[in-house]
Amino acid sequence: MDKGMDIRNSIFIYKKQVKDTGKNMALLVQFVMFPMMAAIMENAIHLEDMPEHFFVGMFAVMHVGMAPLTVTVSIISEEKEKNTLRMLLLANVRPLEYLCGIGSFVFSACMAGGIPFGILGGYEGKKLAAFLLIMAAGILASMLFGAAIGIWSKSQAAATSVLTPVMMIFAFLPMLAMFNKTIAKVANLAWSQHIQLLMNSLEAGMAVQPKNVIAVAVNILVAAGLFLWAYQKKGLT
Amino acid sequence: MERAIEISNITHCFGNKEVLRGISLSVEKGEILGLLGPSGAGKTTLIRIMTGQLVPSAGSVSLGGRDVTQARQDIWRQIGMMMDDLGFYERLSGFDNLKLCAGLHGVRTEKIGEILKQVGLYQDRKCPVQKMSKGMKGRLALARAVLHHPEFLFLDEPTSGLDPAAARQVHELILGLQQEDTTIFLTTHNMVEAEKLCKHVALLHEGTIVEYGEPREISRRYNHRNQLRIRLYGGIDTELPNTADAADMICEYLKRGQIETIHSTEPDLESVFLELTGRRLEEA
Ligand SMILES: Nc1ncnc2c1ncn2[C@@H]1O[C@H](COP(=O)(O)OP(=O)(O)OP(=O)(O)O)[C@@H](O)[C@H]1O
Ligand SMILES: [Mg+2]
Repeated sequence: MDKGMDIRNSIFIYKKQVKDTGKNMALLVQFVMFPMMAAIMENAIHLEDMPEHFFVGMFAVMHVGMAPLTVTVSIISEEKEKNTLRMLLLANVRPLEYLCGIGSFVFSACMAGGIPFGILGGYEGKKLAAFLLIMAAGILASMLFGAAIGIWSKSQAAATSVLTPVMMIFAFLPMLAMFNKTIAKVANLAWSQHIQLLMNSLEAGMAVQPKNVIAVAVNILVAAGLFLWAYQKKGLT
Repeated sequence: MERAIEISNITHCFGNKEVLRGISLSVEKGEILGLLGPSGAGKTTLIRIMTGQLVPSAGSVSLGGRDVTQARQDIWRQIGMMMDDLGFYERLSGFDNLKLCAGLHGVRTEKIGEILKQVGLYQDRKCPVQKMSKGMKGRLALARAVLHHPEFLFLDEPTSGLDPAAARQVHELILGLQQEDTTIFLTTHNMVEAEKLCKHVALLHEGTIVEYGEPREISRRYNHRNQLRIRLYGGIDTELPNTADAADMICEYLKRGQIETIHSTEPDLESVFLELTGRRLEEA
């Protein structure tokens, strides 16, 4: 990475990604799947003593756990496999410019998918802002883990084989933790669990627990560390 | 003449396998140089080194007087490449693929249409790359390589897999670029292509340049037999030495109007290559 970065290149990459994703059903589904499921379940299923907005919380956590992770892995590993990343680097795109372009795309698209949750949850004003902030932190962590996996993997197939277990852990542990104490202990290490807890406190109108915030921050740092490590080891080619 | 590309003493090893051994070549500005060699000879490896994608084990390459290994990123602005391993966004159209490159290179959008017309893809500009034929992709790759009007163009087997009509179109484009003073380095298995396009050719075999020169001049040099091959009406073939002794005989044939065809026996590049290496260029 030399001579800083040219933000215009990141914008070109961003625009490219918008167009390409628009034509890629498999990725589009990732962005809309959980918001849609939340909308449907929230309206269709009402059981006795089910907490209010139960499905919103559950699917919101899955959304931040899965969408940024899978989409980031998929974009980076496809670019490697199809040699488009190579083409970009030879067109003088610096690695940081590329990663910013893709990162800002994934982040903004996942946030856009997050807004329906806020609305379904009936949040307004400050509460909505807090909700989106929690989402943003979750998306950031998820995206960084995804970038680390994408950069580490040689091919799309290799990426998928790492992605699947990681995704299971982050997206489903918080849900399973609701039913099982032992799982809950393990889940305590995963940022998605703390995103879930943060959302629960918000929903219940309780004060935010600092330990949840710290846990998410630690996860973001770990993901960033893994990402940098993968980048040092493998670079972008 | 101005030396545009200067390759000196390039050696490259992959592991302990020496793929290139002391290659030295120079290309003048505005010249087309053809690197010929069978599969596995090291052609692509040499292009990788020349374009700064691979650092050679030893030796140096300079483009326009600047060392490639020293100033890689800067030099990429002046280079266009057409190589197998530069991908396209398959879901996007040819136009959109070029639009991204135009943006990255700071090229006006109008230029994209012009180039697509030149390669005969303008009608299909909205076609997603994944629906294109191999020939269309080849032409799109060439369009991308020249979009930013590079000083140096590296073409790795630019017509492989193209039908004759598409290949001819690519040839015309390459010759057109040469007119505009682009220095072109191309690799090929195809002798006819080399003879048609290249001012000089270099024959690469097992990591060394075994022959270098103008295509016709090389052929002349290997004309050991120096005969004239004459076909007479009635299907009779005859050979006469290409010397004064044969003049009377030929004169006689001509007077009688017997000659259907007459050729000198200098070999084509393919035969020269076979003689030098015992291998054919296009063998699998
Ligand atoms: N990355 C690499 N690692 C190890 N060996 C390599 C690598 N790239 C090329 N080689 C070897 O170097 C030799 C030359 O390969 P290269 O691709 O340059 O040949 P080529 O002349 O371009 O052949 P072709 O006409 O088939 O494209 C081959 O034997 C190949 O196996
Ligand atoms: Mg090759």
